[in-house]
Amino acid sequence: MPEELQALSAADAAAAIAKGDLGRGELFEHYRARAASDELNAFTWVAESMPESVDGPLGGVPIAVKDLFCTEGIPSQAGSKILAGYCPPYTATAVANLEAAGAPILGKTNQDEFAMGSSNENSAYGPVQNPWDRSRVPGGSSGGSAAAVAAGLAPWALGTDTGGSIRQPAALCGIVGLKPTYGAVSRYGMIAFASSLDSAGPLTRNVTDAALFYRNLIGRDSADATSVSFPEPIALPTSERLDGITLAVPAALVDGDGIEAGVRDSFEAALETARGLGATVVSCEIPSAPYALSAYYVIAPAEASSNLARFDGVRYGLRVDATNLDAMYTETRHDGFGDEVKRRILIGTYALSSGYYDAYYGRAQRVRTVVASELSAIFQTADFIVTPTSPTVAFGLGERTADPLAMYLSDLFTIPMSLAGTPAISIPSGLSDGLPVGLQICGPAFSENRILGAAHALERAIGFDGSSAWSAL
Amino acid sequence: MIDRDELLHVARLARLALRDDELDATAAELSTILDHIATFDELDLGGVEPTAHVGDVDDSLRADEVHASLPRDIALAPAPAVRDDGFLVPSPQGE
Amino acid sequence: MAGHELEPVIGLEIHVQLRTATKMFCGCALGFGEPPNTRTCPVCLGLPGALPVANAEAIHYGLMIGMALDSELAPVSTFHRKNYFYPDLPKGYQISQFDLPLCSGGKLGEVNIHRVHLEEDAAKLNHAGASGRIEGADSSIVDFNRGGTPLAEIVTEPELRSAEQVGEWLRLLRTTLRTLGVSDVNMEEGSLRCDANISLRPTGSDQLGTKTELKNMNSFRFIERGIRAEVERQRALIEEGESVTQETLHFDPKTESITSLRSKEEAHDYRYFPEPDLPPVVITEAMLARAAAELPELPAAREQRYIDELSLSPESARLFAWRAELADYFDAVRASEASLEPQQAANWVTELQGRLGDQEAVDSNVTAASLAKLASMVASATINQGGAKQVLDQLVEHGGEPEAIVAAEGLEAVGGADELAPIVAEALDANPELTERLRGGDMKPIGVIVGEVMKQTRGRADGKEVTALVRQQLGLS
Repeated sequence: MPEELQALSAADAAAAIAKGDLGRGELFEHYRARAASDELNAFTWVAESMPESVDGPLGGVPIAVKDLFCTEGIPSQAGSKILAGYCPPYTATAVANLEAAGAPILGKTNQDEFAMGSSNENSAYGPVQNPWDRSRVPGGSSGGSAAAVAAGLAPWALGTDTGGSIRQPAALCGIVGLKPTYGAVSRYGMIAFASSLDSAGPLTRNVTDAALFYRNLIGRDSADATSVSFPEPIALPTSERLDGITLAVPAALVDGDGIEAGVRDSFEAALETARGLGATVVSCEIPSAPYALSAYYVIAPAEASSNLARFDGVRYGLRVDATNLDAMYTETRHDGFGDEVKRRILIGTYALSSGYYDAYYGRAQRVRTVVASELSAIFQTADFIVTPTSPTVAFGLGERTADPLAMYLSDLFTIPMSLAGTPAISIPSGLSDGLPVGLQICGPAFSENRILGAAHALERAIGFDGSSAWSAL
Repeated sequence: MIDRDELLHVARLARLALRDDELDATAAELSTILDHIATFDELDLGGVEPTAHVGDVDDSLRADEVHASLPRDIALAPAPAVRDDGFLVPSPQGE
Repeated sequence: MAGHELEPVIGLEIHVQLRTATKMFCGCALGFGEPPNTRTCPVCLGLPGALPVANAEAIHYGLMIGMALDSELAPVSTFHRKNYFYPDLPKGYQISQFDLPLCSGGKLGEVNIHRVHLEEDAAKLNHAGASGRIEGADSSIVDFNRGGTPLAEIVTEPELRSAEQVGEWLRLLRTTLRTLGVSDVNMEEGSLRCDANISLRPTGSDQLGTKTELKNMNSFRFIERGIRAEVERQRALIEEGESVTQETLHFDPKTESITSLRSKEEAHDYRYFPEPDLPPVVITEAMLARAAAELPELPAAREQRYIDELSLSPESARLFAWRAELADYFDAVRASEASLEPQQAANWVTELQGRLGDQEAVDSNVTAASLAKLASMVASATINQGGAKQVLDQLVEHGGEPEAIVAAEGLEAVGGADELAPIVAEALDANPELTERLRGGDMKPIGVIVGEVMKQTRGRADGKEVTALVRQQLGLS
């Protein structure tokens, strides 16, 4: 029985519950027990019992929620010591939308502190292990969410993507991760990292689950002034072919150094599969892509330096007592923030400071315009841009922690879409030396339906089976 | 690219204490990162406008209607220190 | 510098709390004097994950202010973050406006406006120590009720030249804002706050000297006195060859002393950048039309109307148009007694205000109805000017009704030949030498005779009438 339950995708489980073939309580308890005995450190909090839930399209299929989403009465720590034990008085709209659609909260997942990282080694609650190889990282910053889904500890999970933090861990863990069009999902209640880049989205076993989850996630929220209405309903994809579809590959980027041979091979194989389904593959250029990384590492830290100023020990979270206010601020923030967060706050503050604004932040926002227009130009003649999601497979725990710059290079392929605010999905394209490789499919704003369609067709043809990573039942 | 003094100044702006033994290592790390970032100086950005906001939002204003405030005990619940129904903090003066 | 004339150069930064129903970026209700921390929410508490959404009505009020000040209204306006750390600033930044403010330029009275922008107010920091001000307190207590209140910041060009001019102009601004209905503009309650930037320079120079900022003055009187004191302080420094340090100062009205408010070991670097959580505000035709339609009669128009329609003197028209409370009181006086000539009513209101100093007429013991009654009693010669002034003194001291006071004090006018003639005759008889001189054509002593009669009638006679009777009785008419 557990094997059959485990084998159900989220969509199939929802259908079974709706038909009456499966009880919600049974499903919840199955996952709750697995989450509670997690050895990967993917969870920071697990429900002790099934919460009240309502009927709905997500029909009782529980969700794992990244720690940085505010969940009323449940610890929401954003992977940081400065928020240890903090329980908010309200729930993020994204989570509320899913709950209203019938998905109860299974647990909160571990993450890089304040979403800053690409390996989940920056968490104050310990690193997360990749279920494919426990000596390796799951990716980040939504490492806990990705590991939980990949290990079969949660049917699906909510994560966030700022520079690649859904897509890259999805790739490293052999699952599906969707970064939406910026603004399609409300940010209200998401503990902020970089306001103009942060995007909530699904991490799931397959593309159909991602579509079902996404459909119930989106919506204009009056509490988020940057949120927009999605112009059309999200369809559950059915495509099995890619006839008439043009896929553009940014050759210079993909052929660069730093991309593992195994990753490149898997990518090429995926392109072949695509051709077999009727797609045309062409070359394109994103000349500003190398600079996109730099622009991101100015813009994101700059916004973060401001967003994290509220962690000052006054109203919530950690306070280091002191006799004068300044010492309270500086000691609280010294003790409460991890090294990577401090680095980014310092870089961000520097980039915004008097005399440097034009050279750094001002310049980076111009690079951003160039990146967006280059992508837009490509989408005039191609349906999608495709790349490997990550230049490498999962690397070893501790392997890159001494070199922040090396860590930043993980985001090479994902960052341009973050800067442009356009959607992209990562789906498994295969294994390289036993470790998953991800394929990224990117489209223009609000093209999620078409992206999900193409991804569905490719997923079917690739036939990746991630169940070997599930932890023992 | 960023020296000790500049780092101390930036840390002050960000209200981040930096211990003496953290200063040099942090300055080195940040310099490496900033050097890499500076490569984007190579791009010709003449005439390009900055993107401050992605996407087009029409209707981002809010009607002037009252929503219930948090009950005070909820607002004060996570406070590290409370006095007289307010958030207690050390004095802003006195270094 | 000794020997050169120095002129003050003053610019004002005024913060106006807008009387919308809710805060600038969240739906918490505004209120004054509520129990601490009862008007907060995740947004105005700066809780993790909270996001601001701009209040459309605050934008509307901002547009009305801009129109009233004849400013240029930005077609698109953006919010910026102003980053610094202080306990009354929950996010560690204030959402304000930087290079694309809602309104640019403009003019009110004779003073040019630099800009008007919208921002959120800080919370309130109350000092837990015994001294009542920040220095000396060990800890402070933060109340976030006020935090997030919508503010319009109005900045003038540095064109004001004296404390008096500042006082007069601030009253005009206050009247304008009150007429617009956008703010309570109550300095004691903090809905109108004014900081002054003050510097001196040689008269006629177009360079600006080093300026200081004088903050936290919460009444018109203190502002004028504070500015005066600071101008003198700078003058003394400059005349001694010293230089003025740029700093923020506080004026203590009790001791008339100026002290440094904050030690400025570093200048603030606010690291302004566009607020990513708020899209730019597009000012639409509909918004402009609504603001224009809701503009009431503003002081300049009211001033002109008083001159054109009520034939008020320019001085009276300006006095009332620039001071809303006085104009309201004037209107109430006229409403009370429709037969009064507007200028007469105006003169009495001016007379009353002259006796009240800083107190507003409407807050005095003299109701508009009683002043109107008094004015009509003079107009109908029931009492004369002298008697009326005595009545007014009583009204100011104790309030009450003019008719009752006149009756109680016996201040009815004494007039008419029957009543006055005997008294005049008596006065003449009592002063034979003077009477002789008068008959002889020397008019100088006439004042003494008139004065006697006035004394006898306890001021209730009309001086002109008495004089005429004296001349008549002397055969001099």
